[in-house]
Amino acid sequence: MTDFEYAPAPESRAIVDIKSSYGLFIDGAFADPVDGASFKSVNPATEEVLADIAEAGQADVDNAVAAARRAYTRTWSTMSGRDRGKYLFRIARIIQERARELAVLESIDNGKPIRESRDVDIPLVAAYFFYYAGWADKLGYAGAGPDPKPYGVAAQVIPWNFPLLMLSWKIAPALAAGNTVVLKPAETTPLTALLFAEICQQADLPPGVVNIITGAGDTGRMLVEHGDIDKVAFTGSTEVGKAIARSVAGTSTKATLELGGKAANIVFDDAPLDQAVEGIVNGIFFNQGHVCCAGSRLLVQESVYDDVLARLKRRLGTLRLGDPLDKNTDVGAINSAEQLARIRELSEVGEAEGAQRWSPECELPDRGFWFPPTVFTGVSQAHRIAREEIFGPVLSVLTFRTPAEAVEKANNTPYGLSAGVWTEKGSRILWMSQQLRAGVVWANTFNKFDPTSPFGGYKESGYGREGGRHGLLSYLRTERD
Amino acid sequence: MTVLPTFDTDLSDITSTEASLRRFLHGLPGVDQVGAEARAASLATRSIKTTAKQFAIDLAISMIDLTTLEGQDTEGKVRALCAKALRPDPTDRDVPRVAAICVYPDLVGVAKQALAGSTVKVASVATGFPSGRTSLAVKEADTRDAVAAGADEVDMVIDRGAFLAGRYGQVFDEIVAVKQAAQPAHLKVILETGELSTYDNVRRASWLAMLAGADFIKTSTGKVAPAATLPVTLTMLEAVRDFREVTGRQVGVKPAGGIRTTKDAIKYLVLVNETTGSDWLDPDWFRIGASSLLNDLLMQRQRMATGRYAGPDYFTID
Repeated sequence: MTDFEYAPAPESRAIVDIKSSYGLFIDGAFADPVDGASFKSVNPATEEVLADIAEAGQADVDNAVAAARRAYTRTWSTMSGRDRGKYLFRIARIIQERARELAVLESIDNGKPIRESRDVDIPLVAAYFFYYAGWADKLGYAGAGPDPKPYGVAAQVIPWNFPLLMLSWKIAPALAAGNTVVLKPAETTPLTALLFAEICQQADLPPGVVNIITGAGDTGRMLVEHGDIDKVAFTGSTEVGKAIARSVAGTSTKATLELGGKAANIVFDDAPLDQAVEGIVNGIFFNQGHVCCAGSRLLVQESVYDDVLARLKRRLGTLRLGDPLDKNTDVGAINSAEQLARIRELSEVGEAEGAQRWSPECELPDRGFWFPPTVFTGVSQAHRIAREEIFGPVLSVLTFRTPAEAVEKANNTPYGLSAGVWTEKGSRILWMSQQLRAGVVWANTFNKFDPTSPFGGYKESGYGREGGRHGLLSYLRTERD
Repeated sequence: MTVLPTFDTDLSDITSTEASLRRFLHGLPGVDQVGAEARAASLATRSIKTTAKQFAIDLAISMIDLTTLEGQDTEGKVRALCAKALRPDPTDRDVPRVAAICVYPDLVGVAKQALAGSTVKVASVATGFPSGRTSLAVKEADTRDAVAAGADEVDMVIDRGAFLAGRYGQVFDEIVAVKQAAQPAHLKVILETGELSTYDNVRRASWLAMLAGADFIKTSTGKVAPAATLPVTLTMLEAVRDFREVTGRQVGVKPAGGIRTTKDAIKYLVLVNETTGSDWLDPDWFRIGASSLLNDLLMQRQRMATGRYAGPDYFTID
C-alpha cells in the first residue's frame, strides 16, 4: 500500500481583480478620504500587501452619515417595502452570480480556507439577503405592530472573522426594515465589503442607502459616537462592546451588541461519538477558531473521556493546514500578526498554568500567520484558557460526572453565546437547552447557521438578536421606543 | 474507560448468549444521521487532481470486483468478463488488473478456468443470494458448491429478516456456519444496508459480522436500492477501524452497487484515506463491486495520458 497524497488543487485567483487602492464608498460613489490617510490590507497566508485602503477621519464619517441621512429622508423611508425588497433580491442574486469571486477574495483577505468561504460564508450571505428581502413588504407581520417604522440611520461595525457574512447580518435586515446604513468593516478584512459596494452600484441601489467606510478602531469610534445616528449594531470584542454601551447610554440611540464567547461543547457518554468528534472539530477548528460562538471548552463525561480524546487526536491528525486557496485545505491562516500573538500568549499561559498541550504533527508554512490546531487537557475552570476567549484554534478539555455538573460548568463563564449538547437521549437535550444560559444551543451539531434562526448572547456576550424575525425587530421602532 | 470493549476482552463472552450479544450491539455508540451524512458530503468535496487522480484511478481499477449477477448470465458472458479482467484496456498493458471476478456459483468453474494462472480472484455469491431466504442447510450447500468449484472468495448475504426482528444470535450462527463451509475461501458478508434502513443498524450488523468471523463486510447485493452510499460506507469503515483497535484483526470493506463513475470511485477512496487511513488502501482490504465503473476509469485514465477523450466504442464492453 502507498500513501494517497492529494496533489495541490488551488482555486484560481484570476477571477478577482484587486485594485491597488480603494477609496471610501459614500453616497453611491468611491471617494478619497478628506485627509488622504490610508492603511494596507495584507494576505495573512503570505504577508503580501493586497491594497491601500482609505482611512476615514471625522470629516469622512460626517459625510457618510450625512449621505445616509439624506438617502433615508428622501428615498429609502418613502419607498414602498416591495420596492426595497426588489433591491435586496437583486443584491442577493448578484451575490450568487459573483459567488466564486467573493469566495476567492474572502479567502485571500481573511486567510480562511476556500472550502469554507465557498461552501459556508458566501452561500449564507446570499441566503440572508434573500431571507430579509422577503420581509421588506411584510413588516406589519413582524410583531412590532401593524405599521412599524425604521429607526433611521444605522451605524454598523463588523469584525474580521466572517467579513461578508457579518456584513449581510447587518445590512440585510437594516435595509429591509427601511433604515439606511454606514458600515465599517474590520481594518484587516475590508476587501469583500468594498466589492459589496460595487455590487450595490451594480444593483442600482439609490446613493447613500449603503455607505462603507474603512478604517481602524478610531474610525469605528467616530462612527458609533456620531450625533446623527439612530442605531448602533456592533459585532466584536466585549471590551469594545462595553465602550459602545457606555457611549450610547442616556441617548436615544439603540444598540445591538454581539460580543465574545467561551462556549461549552458538552459530550455525554451516550453521544454518537464519531459525529461528536466531527462536531468538536467543527466547533473549534472551523475558521481557525475565529468564531465568537466557537466550542472552545470541551466538556466530556469522565466515563468516555479516554475514548473521545483518542478519537479526537486521531481525527486531528487528518486535518490539512495550509494554502487557504487550496480546495483541500481544512485549516487556513490566522488573520493577523496581532491575533497570532494573542493566541500564542494565551497558549503559553495555559502551559504555565499546568495544562497539557498537544498538537498533531503539522508543518507550518514559512511565511504568513499560522498556528497549529491545539488541544489542552487537564484544564480546570480556574485556568485562564478556560475563561478567556482565545479566538484561535485552541481547545480546552474539561471533564464532568453528571448532567448537573455539566450545566454548572457550562454556565460558569461571563459569556453566554452558544453551547453544544451531544447525546442520543432526546429528553436530556430538551432539559439541557433549558438549563444552559446561552443564546444558541446546538444539539448533536455545532456552528450551524440559518437566516431564519435568531442569534445572540447572554451576559457579556451581548444583547439583541440577529437573524430571523427577531433580527428584523432590532431595526424596527416598537411602540415603546 | 472506553465505550468499546478493550483489547483484552474475551469476544466469546460477548457472543456466548443472545442477551449478551444484544447488549453489546445496542451498547455501541449511536450514529447521528445528519452528522454522518454531513461528514460524508464534506469529504466528497475533496479535489483530487493530476498525480493524485492518476494514482486513484489505478488504485480503483485494482480494487474492482468485476461483477455479473444476472439470470441471463452464460458461460460466454463470464469468459468475456474474465478476458476484460485480465486486460482491461487491450491498447495499454500498463493498466492494472482488477481484483476479482464476481459471479453466481454455477459459473465459478468457468471463471476459474478462464483466469487460470492469473492473480485475479474468483468470487462467488452464495447462501441464496440475493434474498437469503433459504434454510441454513441450503446456504451451507450453496457455499460448499461454490468453493468446490474453485471460488477464492464467497460473498454471502445475511438474513435481514432475522436481523430486523432482533434475532442477532441466529444471524451470528449462520455467518459462523457459512464461514466454516467456505473454508479455505475468504468470506465477504453482505449486510444489504438498503434494507437495514438506519446507520445504527449498519454499525450493529457490521460488528455482528466481524464478531462472527467475516473477512470483509460488504454493503449490498446490488439488487436493492439504495445500494452503496458514502455515509453507509463511512459507518462501516468506522466499524472496521474500531474493530481492529479492539481485536487487532483487520477486516476489509466492499461497497457494491451504484458506483459507476471515476468521480464516485475517487470519493470512496478519499473516504477510506481519511477514515481508516492508508492501511485499507489496498485491494486486500478495500474492494469496489461494480461493472460499468471499469470503463469510465479506463476512459479517464486514457484522457489523463493523452489529453483527449476517446468515444465509448474505443473501450470494450465485456
